[in-house]
Amino acid sequence: MKLRDNPLVDRSVDPPVGVARLFLAGREATHDAHLAAYGPLPTGGAGQELIAQLELSGLTGRGGAGFPAGRKARAIGGTSSLWAGSPIVIANGAEGEPRSVKDHTLLHNSPHLVIDGLLATAAAVGASRTHIYVPRDLIAGLRKAISERRDARRIVLSEAPDSFISGEASAVVNSIENGVALPTDRTARLTTTGLKGRPTLVHNVETLAHVGLIARFGANWFRSVGSERDPGTRLITLSGHSDRERVVEVPGDIPIVDILRSAGVSTDAVSAALVGGYHGAWIAATHLESRMSTAGLAPHGAQPGAGIIYVLGPRQCGLRATAEIVGYLSRESAGQCGPCRFGLPEMASLLYRLAATGFDKSLRRDLEATTRSVVGRGSCHHPDGTARLVLNALDTFSADVHAHLSGRCLHEARR
Amino acid sequence: MPTGSERMRLHIDWTRCDGRGLCTELLPDMLARDKWGYPVATKIAPESRSDLVVPVSRIDAARDAVDLCPLLALKLIPIERQS
Repeated sequence: MKLRDNPLVDRSVDPPVGVARLFLAGREATHDAHLAAYGPLPTGGAGQELIAQLELSGLTGRGGAGFPAGRKARAIGGTSSLWAGSPIVIANGAEGEPRSVKDHTLLHNSPHLVIDGLLATAAAVGASRTHIYVPRDLIAGLRKAISERRDARRIVLSEAPDSFISGEASAVVNSIENGVALPTDRTARLTTTGLKGRPTLVHNVETLAHVGLIARFGANWFRSVGSERDPGTRLITLSGHSDRERVVEVPGDIPIVDILRSAGVSTDAVSAALVGGYHGAWIAATHLESRMSTAGLAPHGAQPGAGIIYVLGPRQCGLRATAEIVGYLSRESAGQCGPCRFGLPEMASLLYRLAATGFDKSLRRDLEATTRSVVGRGSCHHPDGTARLVLNALDTFSADVHAHLSGRCLHEARR
Repeated sequence: MPTGSERMRLHIDWTRCDGRGLCTELLPDMLARDKWGYPVATKIAPESRSDLVVPVSRIDAARDAVDLCPLLALKLIPIERQS
């Protein structure tokens, strides 16, 4: 049956060598191109053995939180009981981060790798239902991809609204179940009770693409690139250096400066880099040797997050850039939780005043107090992530804060 | 049913909370009000401010807060042992 499904199945395909892994089937890869590049997915994925392979692989989530994929899958296995119902697996391609286009690029060009990872994961955890949750403009391409293969026919496609918060895991479940892409209050993990009360795995689409490869080539192959503490490859969206974002696949634990150089970005042109996304942290130009991994970024209070690197030029003020981001984040608050609804606009307003320069010495203290007050007081981590960015900016740009409070800006020439 | 000796956490559902403040009057040693009127846990790590561990001596007051919250924004949840 497999042979009939996949005309190229008898062609043996060697595992990818080197860092180029996720885009080997070319642009907008058809199922045939996908099979030619990677070979067939083992029947039924790799079954439960896949979970062990994922644990050995060290693969972490590529959507932002960086949670180990194997442990997440294992949590599903641990909770499944007769009354809980069979698990559900959701491929999350919402990508609400404005500076991220890597999931879009992946779904556009390598949809079958994501589908493979979804099907293999579903087989491994005994899931009966699978969903792919993506923005509207990707629906048609995925529908076509699904139609190209028999094993994908039961995948349900759902549209993700265009908002920052639509990809938050509980918002994903809420959107698919109720058509409302807002986070929900949770007292139990989604892996215990999620969509329709069933144990639910929500995986970022890049994470699933890596799963699709690990199901074929195994954990050791995955670990052959990257480092011991950050194995495999990850997709990066680089922006700020030009008008167009650029997506690159890099080995885990690579120094940020190497990513910049490989994209032709001179470090002289960078005064700071926002790493991880709008809930991330600024890395000063003096720390661009830091490695793009959880351990490498920890000293700077940053995480790889969704693989975002947004560079700031020497003539751009980090405080102004942060104010604009926090203004955006405050507008993207779902408005469901008081501290976020009222706190974020106030943080943005204080930051704008700080960015504008002035002599109000209480600004910094007020901003810090309001920022610290919202932490841990929401149904999702939107206030926490926003607070982290603000506190980090005050730290990384402390010289700028000092200058602004003395009435001048170190970057923006007065005209 | 939770027994008297069971360790409990008081969970705040921020999507329901409207800052009416009854809980802060019933549990003044655990909850204050922020400038917008919303409850804010005192003496606790910021990350844990949506799930407050309730001292055994305050379980009854916490139960009252759960019952009297007009927005039904509070829950008492048994603390499960770490697995």
